[in-house]
Amino acid sequence: MEGQVIELAYALDTFYFLVMGAFVMWMAAGFSMLEAGMVSSKSVVEILTKNIALYSIASIMYMIVGYNLMYPADGNGVMPAVSFFLGGDNEAADVIASGGDVYYSALSDFFFQVVFVATAMSIVSGAVAERMKLSSFLLFAIVMTGLIYPVQGYWKWGGGFLDAAGFQDFAGSGVVHLCGAAAALAGVILLGARKGKYEDGKINAIPGSNMPLATLGTFILWLGWFGFNGGSELMVSNVGEANAVSMVFVNTNASAAGGVLGALILGKILFGKFDLSMSLNGAIGGLVSITAEPLAPTPELAAIIGAIGGIIVVLSVIMLDKSKIDDPVGAISAHGTCGVWGLIAVCLSNGDATLGGQLYGALIIFAWTFIVSGIFWGILKAVMGIRITSEAEEMGVDVSECGMEAYPEFKK
Amino acid sequence: MKLIIAIVKPFKLDDVRNALSDIGVQGITVTEVKGFGRQKGHTELYRGAEYVVDFLPKVKVEVAVSDEMADQALEAITASANTGKIGDGKIFIMNLDSAVRIRTGETGSEAL
Repeated sequence: MEGQVIELAYALDTFYFLVMGAFVMWMAAGFSMLEAGMVSSKSVVEILTKNIALYSIASIMYMIVGYNLMYPADGNGVMPAVSFFLGGDNEAADVIASGGDVYYSALSDFFFQVVFVATAMSIVSGAVAERMKLSSFLLFAIVMTGLIYPVQGYWKWGGGFLDAAGFQDFAGSGVVHLCGAAAALAGVILLGARKGKYEDGKINAIPGSNMPLATLGTFILWLGWFGFNGGSELMVSNVGEANAVSMVFVNTNASAAGGVLGALILGKILFGKFDLSMSLNGAIGGLVSITAEPLAPTPELAAIIGAIGGIIVVLSVIMLDKSKIDDPVGAISAHGTCGVWGLIAVCLSNGDATLGGQLYGALIIFAWTFIVSGIFWGILKAVMGIRITSEAEEMGVDVSECGMEAYPEFKK
Repeated sequence: MKLIIAIVKPFKLDDVRNALSDIGVQGITVTEVKGFGRQKGHTELYRGAEYVVDFLPKVKVEVAVSDEMADQALEAITASANTGKIGDGKIFIMNLDSAVRIRTGETGSEAL
């Protein structure tokens, strides 16, 4: 009987893990729609191509080497041991013999992890939109998903030196979101702003092509985030764990809602209008802010953490624009600035976290990703160039890179 | 015969169409157009940055009428498209040399 209960719990936890992973996979659709809506109509096909290609590159690279780097059989805390390809799954006898310590399929763990690396890479795609060479971006995706992300992931989730230092990051405000944003920031700095964005000493608006798509994308991301945070509890098969997963769902939702309201109200105060695109960024900012600790806060505190994230994202977008760092979708602000806030906010509810420890983790993740990404972006820039020509940009990256338009009938 | 070209606010199109029907106009041609007048477009806001929309959407209505109906048609359009607010549009009238109904080959007022 005992063996059967263990097997049933294993099946339930694995099933939960897979469904949560599938939710996170769906975030790729959310990023695609959000980004497609926030760029101008001449850059839509390219950003969709980029999104489905980067997801696929992430899936393959993480399968070949990334997963093994992030969760190595051996390593010294800084350098993981290198090995290739996925191993086998658990045997029933071993699971029963473990007495419940082995509680989900090894492949379900891989699946849950692989969709996270795709999320980190998606963050980069929106920030460099409308002006980057697609081939350079995809080459960068290989390095990001096969090396840069897995190594810093090993430092925390793989049991490396950040984990040993007491750094807390439940579902990846730092490991996933800050990492993606740091790679994006390095790319944007080397790439430069879109043509006409900062001219005559002022910030010129380049309105997004489709606000309904951007809103749909944000709701899809919000849905996917229940898997992102909810799945990161890793277990659901007893009362304590089931309650914990429920708490994570409630807090994740409260924080996103807080983020929307924070951004909506601040936008109204600053601009005099209710700003939709900032509110969408506010939702993402709220979600990123709670991702480092979605379990310990009360729902009320989660809403406040999210609201502060929503305020931070608006201020960060304005600040980046003033620094002439052109991020068409606000990804660096929503994932990077709010990622740092999320890591700090862990201290509000989790007694194991220290402000010093959280800042240390944020600094290490940012520095590693920013520097290594910067080097690789720099190599790409020197060898093959990362930016499309000025004429191509005027014509639109859709036609120059993909040879087709998203809405061809409009111009016939 | 006269050709009347009226640039009106898009949401007034149904009223203009009904007013012209009521006085016996048999057909009109409508095009979605953009342009500006004395108000010179307007400003919109995106992510905190204001930008000018130079051309506002309007509807262009083209009506060909006989000489005796021209004044009546002009009044019908003016009355139905008027909101009293800025951006109500313009009406242009020009002489029309000839007209042909393609199906039957009728010409002049008969073709209208």
